[in-house]
Amino acid sequence: MSALIRYISKPHPVSGVTNAKLGIWCFLASELMLFGGLFSAYIVLRGSASEWPHGSAVLNVPLATLNTLILISSSVTMVMSWASLALKNLKKFRFHLSMTILLSLAFLVIKGFEYHSKFEHHHFPSTDNFFGMYFTLTGLHAIHILGGVIVNAYLLFPGSKLYETEPEQFLGRIEAAGLYWHFVDLVWIFLFPVLYLL
Amino acid sequence: MSSGHHHSHPPQEAHSNHEPDLPFWQKYIFSVDHKVIGVQYTVTALIFLLVGFCLMLLMRWQLAYPGKEIPWIAGWFSERQMLGGIMLPEFYNQLGAMHGTIMIFLGVVPLAVGGFGNYVIPLQIGAPDMAFPKLNMASYWLFLIGGVIMISSFFLPEGAAQSGWTSYPPLSVVAAGGQTTWLVGMLFLIFSSLLGSMNFIVTIVQLRADGLTFFRLPFFVWAQFVTSFLLLLAFPPLQAAAVLQFMDRVFHTSFFLPSGLVVAGKVLEVAGGGNPILWQHLFWFLAHPEVYVLILPAMGICAEVMTCNTRKPLYGYKSMIYSTIFLGFMSFVVWAHHMFLTNMGTKMSTFFQITTMIISIPSVIILTSLILSLWGGSIRFKTPMLFAIAFLPMFAIGGLTGLPLGLTAADIHLHDTYYVIGHFHYIVAPGTLFGLFAGIYHWYPKVTGRKMSEVLGKIHFLGTLIGMNCIFMPMFIMGIAGVSRRLWDPTQYAHAVPTQPLNVFISIAAWCMALGQIPFIINFFGSLIWGKKADDNPWQATTLEWATSTPPPHGNFATPPQVYRGPYEYSVPGQRTDFLPQNVKGDN
Repeated sequence: MSALIRYISKPHPVSGVTNAKLGIWCFLASELMLFGGLFSAYIVLRGSASEWPHGSAVLNVPLATLNTLILISSSVTMVMSWASLALKNLKKFRFHLSMTILLSLAFLVIKGFEYHSKFEHHHFPSTDNFFGMYFTLTGLHAIHILGGVIVNAYLLFPGSKLYETEPEQFLGRIEAAGLYWHFVDLVWIFLFPVLYLL
Repeated sequence: MSSGHHHSHPPQEAHSNHEPDLPFWQKYIFSVDHKVIGVQYTVTALIFLLVGFCLMLLMRWQLAYPGKEIPWIAGWFSERQMLGGIMLPEFYNQLGAMHGTIMIFLGVVPLAVGGFGNYVIPLQIGAPDMAFPKLNMASYWLFLIGGVIMISSFFLPEGAAQSGWTSYPPLSVVAAGGQTTWLVGMLFLIFSSLLGSMNFIVTIVQLRADGLTFFRLPFFVWAQFVTSFLLLLAFPPLQAAAVLQFMDRVFHTSFFLPSGLVVAGKVLEVAGGGNPILWQHLFWFLAHPEVYVLILPAMGICAEVMTCNTRKPLYGYKSMIYSTIFLGFMSFVVWAHHMFLTNMGTKMSTFFQITTMIISIPSVIILTSLILSLWGGSIRFKTPMLFAIAFLPMFAIGGLTGLPLGLTAADIHLHDTYYVIGHFHYIVAPGTLFGLFAGIYHWYPKVTGRKMSEVLGKIHFLGTLIGMNCIFMPMFIMGIAGVSRRLWDPTQYAHAVPTQPLNVFISIAAWCMALGQIPFIINFFGSLIWGKKADDNPWQATTLEWATSTPPPHGNFATPPQVYRGPYEYSVPGQRTDFLPQNVKGDN
């Protein structure tokens, strides 16, 4: 049946994209509204608060900067893995995708250390709305990172079998995973200044 | 999306439409076929609608005879629900909150979008399936899990959510345990609708048959297309709100809890500094577009049913489409008209008052076009057509009674009264539900290969039409008299006592209307056995779903259809038949 579904690996002549690519853009539009809603909540809460701590005073800016660099690097390796695959260089593709996964795991480990030190200083989500927002936003972002790790690991190991039968479709999947990954990266690019610097 | 196929072949060669030999559970339970998923959605949603309706029938006893023992069935309930056969206020609140939640999120939307959208869209656009069949299946199962979580909360020790379907904080944050279950269930439903809506958008953009341009799409597909964008973009802010409320309840943040909040005589020990109005903004940012999610598919169904049964093209097809798109855009900037009484300032109120008045224009254009479509037609008064025609005045009453609520001055008096309940029920119950009933009677022959009984259908129609009006019309009077909604015992207010006989009348009408649904249930299941056999195109309709066999095979079309014309070419002069299917070359 699915043999009949068109534009799985070839782009639609009018829309110019494959089904998966249009699908992932729709998904990202929805994600944008999710984080948009949360950022709006942040603005409203901060705007009506009588006092709001300065992010750099209570949060660990050097660690977060390191995490920012890690996440940006992971976006670069993600593009490299897609480009290598497009050039049919499987070995390089595997290397870059593995690097992406390792960098995302490194991000999560550093995030874990950050959380741990917050708990040690008795800073919990219930402490005040600043920490509530900090834990909600970064927590939700970390769940997105975890989702990306799972998807990328699937594409690296069992999912890569598709390359043998449907190379174009597999390339499309890597591109879709990449678009998602850049979005998650982009959310952090907003989270970092909003929570840590402003 | 599944592996092991060779799509590089042209579809004509690759198709193999004989049913693959799948085990029963793959064919009917964990199916990836959009038609099976559509039927699953439809049946599940109809069951949820019945459950939600039954909750209301229970509440109607308390409203008609406050504090009196419920006859016959009092023994079915635990002591936390009824004490000596008398409904406890907490249980009444649970019934109210869950009635709204079930009807909207588990009943009407899954039926209109998940059921009709899934079944009809791929057929009407000449596609073999949805773009992402596996995501489609995931969407149904997430919906079912969310629904089961919602319903199961009644069996928790603390009962179900009891802060209304709107879950306004701070009440919902300090309320008993069921609210957390509500939030978790809601997260599942939002994921489900996200997967469904992106699937619909991609399917409609990518998988239209050759020759089927956007302005040859049936209006139903357009309505679902815009609906999908609303679901895709409006639900995430509620998801954000639900996450924040979940944090408030489970991790004791105070996003929605102001400082110094006193609960049961004690100051709540939270950090405070939160903003309860924030929830209302995020909630209504979803819930107003949600109104159009409820109504647009029903309008789409009415367009299909009415053109077919008047044997006439749709009046103003393009203006209806432009109106629908405009409606979709505008529905994102009217949400705060639900919040005129939250002290947001006159400038904000004026803005939302103006946008609210503007959004009524496209609605009126669509409704007027549908009415004008009747003009001069030789109407076949079949059951689906009766429901579709009745949709027009019912939706009109619902829409017009909404205008006073959109004006700040009138809203001060009418806000949170029974008038509001009457207003939105006219839109959703005799409005949307009539459209959905029309759709069930219209497409049942295509799905099952048999027609539903006209006699039972007409009894169902009359009972429902009379019942609905007897239930909701008196609510306007009660609302104008100032009776608040969500009252466990309205008679404790002196100004509500004179309207109490209306409550008795409404309750009796509701119970009678419940009896009026029995012919439908008999018809729905019985027609599977004794219904008249239907051929491929029993209504002599033009759109593509009637161009394939009945019921459609796996893969939908034996050969991919080619489309030559618009969707509603009825009574074209010079043709042998009074209908020209989209996939047939004309006589000249």
